[in-house]
Amino acid sequence: MFVFSRTIMMSPIRKIILFYTEGFRSMNLGKTLWTIILIKLAIMFFILRIFFFPDFLKENNKISPEDKQDYISSELIKRANP
Amino acid sequence: MNEIIDPSLIDWSRAQFALTAMYHWLFVPLTLGLGLIMALMETAYYVTGDLFWKRTVKFWMKLFGINFAIGVATGIILEFEFGTNWSNYSWFVGDIFGAPLAIEGILAFFMESTFVAVMYFGWNKVSKKFHLASTWLTIIGATLSAWWILVANAWMQYPVGMEFNPDTVRNEMNDFMAVAFSPVAINKFIHTVLSGWVLGAAFVAGISFWFLLKKRETEFAVASLKIAAWFGLTASVLCAIAGDGSAYNVGRVQPMKLAAMEALYEGHTRQGLIALGVVNPDKVAYNDSVPPVLLKLEIPNMLSWLVGRNIQTFVPGIKDIIDGGYPTTHGPALSTAEKIKKGRIAVDALAHYREAVKEGNADRAQLNRNLLKENYPYFGYGYINKPEELIPNVPLNFYAFRVMVGLGSYFILFFALVLIACYKNKWLSGKFFQWVGILTIPLAYIAGEAGWIVAESGRQPWAIQDVLPNSAAISRLGVSSVQTTFFVFVVLFAVLLIAEIRIMLREIKKGPEGEPV
Repeated sequence: MFVFSRTIMMSPIRKIILFYTEGFRSMNLGKTLWTIILIKLAIMFFILRIFFFPDFLKENNKISPEDKQDYISSELIKRANP
Repeated sequence: MNEIIDPSLIDWSRAQFALTAMYHWLFVPLTLGLGLIMALMETAYYVTGDLFWKRTVKFWMKLFGINFAIGVATGIILEFEFGTNWSNYSWFVGDIFGAPLAIEGILAFFMESTFVAVMYFGWNKVSKKFHLASTWLTIIGATLSAWWILVANAWMQYPVGMEFNPDTVRNEMNDFMAVAFSPVAINKFIHTVLSGWVLGAAFVAGISFWFLLKKRETEFAVASLKIAAWFGLTASVLCAIAGDGSAYNVGRVQPMKLAAMEALYEGHTRQGLIALGVVNPDKVAYNDSVPPVLLKLEIPNMLSWLVGRNIQTFVPGIKDIIDGGYPTTHGPALSTAEKIKKGRIAVDALAHYREAVKEGNADRAQLNRNLLKENYPYFGYGYINKPEELIPNVPLNFYAFRVMVGLGSYFILFFALVLIACYKNKWLSGKFFQWVGILTIPLAYIAGEAGWIVAESGRQPWAIQDVLPNSAAISRLGVSSVQTTFFVFVVLFAVLLIAEIRIMLREIKKGPEGEPV
């Protein structure tokens, strides 16, 4: 009876939260997969992105659109066949 | 002027991008193909109410989830590489590349991630109808994501719907529909997604054959095989038809790629298509007299028909494209020397335009802006030093194309035989046939990767066809930093792949959960 009335009276947001929390809690294989996903995302965003893949233009102090335009145009012009 | 970029920087950056893209492509086609098969199986459950289908779909959904988890976000690494290794390119393509990728990101995030959760957590919690809708919406979301990625790729092969702005040094989209629905984009989407469906079918068929080999879950395996065979046969026939459309488009917009795929140096009307052959390693120059292909088996007139739908169509070879003068729909083709001259005019006009703007000389600026616009279709040729630089790797394209087409033909035969076997109750217990089925899984992966090798290495040296070569697209980085990240990726991808295969094999061995219904 209590469970029934609690379900009826739950707000849609609470229902959604419960749906997800129960879903995550009942996972078996999913826990391993989520661990892999989180490790992978951590490697990608906290190691690769920061240490190996910085924004090249920002790294070279080309911050404003004008700086970037000037830099790219000079690169494109310099590299052309004479 | 002419500050040459170290060629090994280009090679390593390309290798790094190719490694990431090929790794990413191990997961995407299985998501597309297996997802649809799963949705069909769940539809069978919804329609019949038979719990057998629920147990079946839950097994395939588990494998789909493993593939999804390992593959998810691997495409983001490509975007890191754009910003670091290909910064000139990233700036130069502007919103044309950004818009489809942004749409893809939003779609992938909202559609796939929302409905994937319902798909996995929603059994017995939401209605059967809502669950089925979620499964279909997950796969529709994944397919729509693929659409936008392929639109961006197609634009690099056939840049349309844009105008170059010399002030911002960016290509700006002026016709969204031309970009989103170019014939190359449409055909690329159809052909690529169908190849994913073929792979999904081969995957389901191969694993079902494994259960038959182990004499386990026979009813489940045969039911899965029937769906895989129908689906795989339909997809592989349609994929071949779409492949014909791809060849037509390549002949029209990337004739050098077609010539490399065929190792065709001197073209003709009534040009045949080489079915089998060996590229002559002694052919060292595009204009020497050494025959390019040895021991060839040719289908007469076929290439002319593929390219122009008429056997009298002239198909230009590599030498023809470099020398120019062959007939096209716009009159005689320009020679490479003429294109290089126009490209040089375009790059000079960009330099002079920007100088004139800084000087405040409006007349000079306008004159050079017009000159740039007129010659912009050849802008990339301004970076080409000699015609040989325009020739892609001929043996790689020649063999990769034949691997793709050969395996595509094999899949049609394979799925047709599986169908006959299922309905006539023949061969399914034969070990040879079972092993053929299992080994078809890696063949489907090889076919898909070979297709991408043709698509991407065939358009070299261009990052954007005719407009931007790799030598201009690349960032001025140290070669050693690119080498380091290349090997970091080799290790990371290998570890992830081993993890996926181990988890996948473990779950396959467990089989469907619960007792057979």
